Amino acid sequence: MSNIQKGNSILEISGLKVNVQGKAILKGLDLTVRAGEVHAIMGPNGAGKSTLSQVLAGRPDYAVIAGHATYLGEDLLALAPEERARRGLFLGFQYPVEIPGVNNVYLLKAALNARRRHLGLQEVDAFEFLAIVKEKMVLMQMDESFLKRGVNEGFSGGEKKRNEILQMTVLEPTLAILDETDSGLDIDALKVVANGVNSLRADNRAIVLVTHYQRLLDHIVPDHVHVLAGGRILKSGDRGLALELERRGYDWVLEEANAE
Amino acid sequence: MSTTPQDLEDLVGQKYRHGFVTDIAADTVPPGLDEDVIRLISRKKGEPGFLLDWRLKSYRHWQTMREPHWGQLRYKPIDYQAISYYSAPKSNKDGPKSLADVDPKLLATYDKLGVPLHERARLAGVAVDAVFDSVSVATTFKERLSEAGVIFCPFSDAVREHPALIEQYLGTVVPPADNFYAALNSAVFTDGSFVYIPKGVRCPMELSTYFRINAANTGQFERTLIIADEGSHVSYLEGCTAPMRDENQLHAAVVELVALDNANIKYSTVQNWYPGDENGVGGIYNFVTKRGDCRGRNSRISWTQVETGSAITWKYPSCVLTGDGSVGEFYSVAVANHYQQADTGTKMIHVGRNTRSTIVSKGISAGHAQNTYRGLVKVLPSAEGARNYTQCDSLLMGDKCGAHTFPYVEVRNPTGMVEHEATTSRIGEDQLFYLLQRGLSHEDAVNMIVNGFCKSVFKELPMEFAVEAQNLLAVSLEGSVG
Repeated sequence: MSNIQKGNSILEISGLKVNVQGKAILKGLDLTVRAGEVHAIMGPNGAGKSTLSQVLAGRPDYAVIAGHATYLGEDLLALAPEERARRGLFLGFQYPVEIPGVNNVYLLKAALNARRRHLGLQEVDAFEFLAIVKEKMVLMQMDESFLKRGVNEGFSGGEKKRNEILQMTVLEPTLAILDETDSGLDIDALKVVANGVNSLRADNRAIVLVTHYQRLLDHIVPDHVHVLAGGRILKSGDRGLALELERRGYDWVLEEANAE
Repeated sequence: MSTTPQDLEDLVGQKYRHGFVTDIAADTVPPGLDEDVIRLISRKKGEPGFLLDWRLKSYRHWQTMREPHWGQLRYKPIDYQAISYYSAPKSNKDGPKSLADVDPKLLATYDKLGVPLHERARLAGVAVDAVFDSVSVATTFKERLSEAGVIFCPFSDAVREHPALIEQYLGTVVPPADNFYAALNSAVFTDGSFVYIPKGVRCPMELSTYFRINAANTGQFERTLIIADEGSHVSYLEGCTAPMRDENQLHAAVVELVALDNANIKYSTVQNWYPGDENGVGGIYNFVTKRGDCRGRNSRISWTQVETGSAITWKYPSCVLTGDGSVGEFYSVAVANHYQQADTGTKMIHVGRNTRSTIVSKGISAGHAQNTYRGLVKVLPSAEGARNYTQCDSLLMGDKCGAHTFPYVEVRNPTGMVEHEATTSRIGEDQLFYLLQRGLSHEDAVNMIVNGFCKSVFKELPMEFAVEAQNLLAVSLEGSVG
């Protein structure tokens, strides 16, 4: 991963069309993400934001009808979900699922070692792992009891989101896609989550934030902002676009697009 | 004295290097069952008169009984006259000559379970020369136990050496007339284990059937009796995670546990009899009666079982909570894959005052399998202040399998409190995707979810057994999702 340099292409999507349960959700989406960049994808409800996140991670019941996605030079859509993950694609879930009886630490260690095996690195043992995870837990302001709990078991909405970011900071992905990571967070939790994300900003990595609200972008300042609506990227811009969206809503973007 | 899991594993490993002892004359009675056959069995084993009478009485009663068919099980009728009821340990000539002759699938399974090479041959039934070394670990083990006053020996030896204990306790928990299979077992049982823990003694190590000397080939009609005298503690491990082949399709064992005042018995089973192939051909029929009597005040009996084997499982380890303040527990993981059928559960009979029972049952069904939990919680009028908590969870893998739950509750004392929780879930696509997205392989993801589901039972197992049980589950469910 160290050979990825700022500005290298990480993800290139062209003409992506996706159906979910027979219904067209993405209708020809284009997007390019380069190393060192933070992108924000915004848009109204039902625009296809979550579908995009899930498809990139390889969710099996989402049918790709047309288009391409290239990740680090490979055909992303030909890879199984676990192969994408091991190549450094991380999805922070909007609704992280509970897995009763499976210990948080146990899962995270297995995940880290799956990634390390792929990179040809030695697996970490329990002691090394604990040192890594404890450091990240300080960053994410999570207390030790977390180590003993089941994966997302009985977690509040905020705890689940923090856990996603904790996992991300441990796994150090090349491409992190964070799906509505800000939803359900109070302002303090939002800052903690933003801190975690910002700690990962690096020249050899890219982050894609999928969000409804501008407020997350006050804390994680994006390089690029895109409006996803009707299954396509309708408009792209810089930070200013997000502020404009907050002021004016999405309708004007849709109108502009219709006028074209 | 304490035993670390490593000590135990070392002991286990060494034991097999020395092999088993066989000293019974090699002969087999022709198929069929009548009083003469029972007399012959009793004579061959040199049993005292009371035991022969007991066997004959059981046999006569068995003849009046009918095979039970209330279980959620389907199988071809069993011809009881086609079974040979006494056979000496399998002669070496019948088995495969070497591991090269053994079914490669079985060998692959041993490989996955990490069964040591020298042990594989024995499990697969390969003829191994059994040379008994008088300074073997097993003997050392026996010495340690006898220093503590613990008796742990084959049932036949106990009949000869401790007839008074046998006469006092045999059949007092599971009377011969209890059920069809128990009656059959009482008439024809060949061997099994006997354990006696004296007053106030904490058994210095976990007792495992691994260490039972001289008791090979007792599988078909096994009889086990464990007596924990006042204030004593014992943990008993039955079975083995590696799949065992056996020529005998019908297995009807009886296990009786007696806990006197303040005694504590923990009985753990990992059962992995041959389940039949992917098409449901072959496989063991396992009709077992296991029951513990908490006879003394504040006594405790805990059953923990991991059932992955057998084509048919009919098994309800139960507790009769006679003594005031006694505690019964049942923790079970039952896995049924391919065409396996399991009808298993427990009975908790509250007799004494302030008795408590806990039932945690985890059923996993995959393939075309049918998995049934059947449980009875009975609070008698005498059981003032009795309490029960039952939790039954079923996990389905795929859409061709089934899970069924039959909880029977009878409360005849108004102070009784009975709680029941039950869930049925399918292995979640969302859970699976979540784990795949974290880079886990499909197989590891399924194992992780299943082991998480079973965690509350696995934590009741002795540590080395728990690790084996996890591996076993992984192998049993291989390829059953996706």
